Parts: sequence; structure tokens; C-alpha cells
Amino acid sequence: MERKTMDFWVGLFILMGFAALLMLALRVSIGSDHVENTYSVEARFENIGGLKAKAPVKSAGVLIGRVTNIHFDNEKFQAVATLTLDKRYIFPKDSSASILTSGLLGEVYIGLDAGGDDKKLVAGDKIKLTQSAVVLERLIGQLMFGKAAEGADKK
Amino acid sequence: MITQNLGKAIRNLGARGIETIWRGGAMARFFWLVLTQSGMSFRRIGLSIREIYFSGVMSLVIIMVSGLFIGMVLGLQGFETLQKYGAEETMGVLVALSLVRELGPVVTALLFASRAGSAITAEIGLMKATEQLKAMDMMAVDPIARVVAPRFWAGVVSMPLLAALFSSMGIFGGYIVGTVLVGIDSGVFWSNMQAAVDFRYDVMSGIVKSIVFGIAISVIATFEGFDAEPTAEGVSRATTRTVVTSALTVLALDLMLTGFMLRSL
Repeated sequence: MERKTMDFWVGLFILMGFAALLMLALRVSIGSDHVENTYSVEARFENIGGLKAKAPVKSAGVLIGRVTNIHFDNEKFQAVATLTLDKRYIFPKDSSASILTSGLLGEVYIGLDAGGDDKKLVAGDKIKLTQSAVVLERLIGQLMFGKAAEGADKK
Repeated sequence: MITQNLGKAIRNLGARGIETIWRGGAMARFFWLVLTQSGMSFRRIGLSIREIYFSGVMSLVIIMVSGLFIGMVLGLQGFETLQKYGAEETMGVLVALSLVRELGPVVTALLFASRAGSAITAEIGLMKATEQLKAMDMMAVDPIARVVAPRFWAGVVSMPLLAALFSSMGIFGGYIVGTVLVGIDSGVFWSNMQAAVDFRYDVMSGIVKSIVFGIAISVIATFEGFDAEPTAEGVSRATTRTVVTSALTVLALDLMLTGFMLRSL
């Protein structure tokens, strides 16, 4: 085969390969959600339910960070979750964190609600106001006991 | 009589063991020799381009068609199962993740080994059988620099590009099945996929895998050709060995790489 046609085909092949890589990078995944500039805060929960490391942290429904570490505090018997937030987002010091579920069977995430404090949340801070995960079994249990108690009152 | 047979069996086992270890060592030394002698394949880039044409461009059709079919099958099978959980919108995620992470690199490597690897082995083996390699040596042209290194680098360059094309075609196939046959909204298909596929973890790990597979297949194919017995039978045996060894090596490497990559998450 002539050298020129061969060069052409190889060039086309390499172009196509890079176009495919570009498609994988841009169309299939929107880059990496890995953020370089982050700060970490801690939040303590009585019960984290199904929360796992790498779970999203959202505020007003927008992804602002991720749960990077979860461990158990053996002195206070609480779960400690480390939230790594994007540095672009600054929150008041009295913001509250709650463990939520998107939809009935969706993923578990942490919702961060901004407070009204003038001081800002900085790296290493602890979020004081937290709301634990809702455990469905307990909720149903409470409902049933409540109904039973109501029935007893009426008699 | 029994002790004689037993002795023979043990001797056979020993000979095989030594042979396997010897081949492993020879392949490692051969790999090192190729790396140190690969200056010519960059200085005379025409040599490498020729080989990229023969192993990369000529494999395009089989890679792209298989990618398309595998993506379509993944789409159909995935839909069948996801439908039971009412999650057929996430079909794109299933197709993209399984292609980009696993099937893209692995199936491309298997196809590449049987399409291009066997051809390289047969070519080099036949060159050896017809004493072309010896003739080169006589003319003070190093056959490793002139024949082996360009083929090695062509394989290393072609594999990741082919794997990326395979994955893209597969995702396109899944998209066709999803939107045309099954009726998933195309915007939902892409947005779910984009939300779930991470470039750094998923796409990059696939690319790294395909580069490693490319190196492994190229070394095995060129070594088997270079090491082939210079007879018709020897070349045929070497070609078979290339395909078998490459397939097993690729699958074993895949297990190891996947283990490392998932742990690093």
C-alpha cells in the first residue's frame, strides 16, 4: 500500500480514537466531581440510618460536598460523620444537618440548612444542630402504639 | 515399575516447571530489550505507523461492530432486569459503567489478541523460519529494533484508542436500544449516565486498564513470534500460544487491576 494512504488511515484512526475518548469524557461523564479546594466539618448523629461514606451533602437540593468519613464515638455513643464541603460555599455557624432520603427508596444524603449566625462555619467546626435518620420500623412502631393508646383512652 | 513411572511423572513435572519459569524470565528480558531498543521506532516513525495501520486500523471494523452489538445486548438485558424494579431509566448508567469499566478494555483486548496479536506472532515467526531475522543480523540491523519494537509500540498505542472506540460504540448501541426500541427519553438516558459516571474513577481506570492490556498483548505476541520454532508447525503452535496466553493474562491482570482500583475508591 502507498505510504500516503496508510498515513491517512492511521491519522483517521487516531482522530477517531481521541474523539471517542472525548465523548467518554464529555458526553458520558461530566468531568470528575472531585474538588480540590475543600474544608471539612463534623456532625454528630444519634443514628445515621443507611448513610455511607461518599454520600452527597446537599443544600437546597444542590450538591455541595460529600461525606468522607463515618466513625463511631465510643464515649458519647454517637456516630460522627465528616462532611467535606466545597470551599466556594460558606455557611453560617449555626447551620443544621439532617439525614434525608431522596424518594422512598432513593439514596441517603445529608441536607444542610443554613442558619442565621454572623459567624461562618470553618474547617474543623462541629455542626451542633443535627437531625438523625428516620428509621421506618420505629416510626411504624410509634404509630401503632399511638393508635393502641388512643383506643385505650376511648374505652 | 511403579517407582519408574512415578519417577518419570515427577521428571516431566519438573521439566515443565523449569520450562515455564525459563519462558517467564526470557519474556521479561525480551521486554527489557524491546524497551531499550525502541529508539528506532520513534526516529523512523514510518515503521511504527505501518504497524499501527496493520494492527490498529485493520482491527477497527471488528472492534466497532462488536462494540455496537455488545452495547445493544447490554441495553436489552439490562432493561429486562431493571424493568422489574421500575428503574429502566438507569439503563444508560448500567450500559456505560459496565462498558467503560470492564467490557470495553477486556473484550477489546481479547479481540485485539486474536485479530492483531496472532498476526504479529505469525509474521515474526515466519520471518524467523525464512531466516529473514538472521539476514538482518548479518547486515548489522538489530531485528528487535527494526521488527519487534515498532510492532510493540503500535500495539501499545492502538489498544487504548480501540477500547475507547469500543466503549463509545457500545454506549451508542445502548442508546439506540434505549430510545428507539424501549422508549426511554433520550435526555433522561444521558443525564442519568452523566450523573453516575465519574471521569476520574470510571473512565480513567478503563483507559489505564487498556494500556496495561496493550503492553501485555504486544509483549506476548512479539515474544512468541521471536521464540517460535522455525518450522511451519512451530509457527502455528506459537500463534495458538499467543492467543491462549494473552487471553489468560488479560483476564488475570483485569482481576488484579480491578481489585486495586476498587480499593482506591
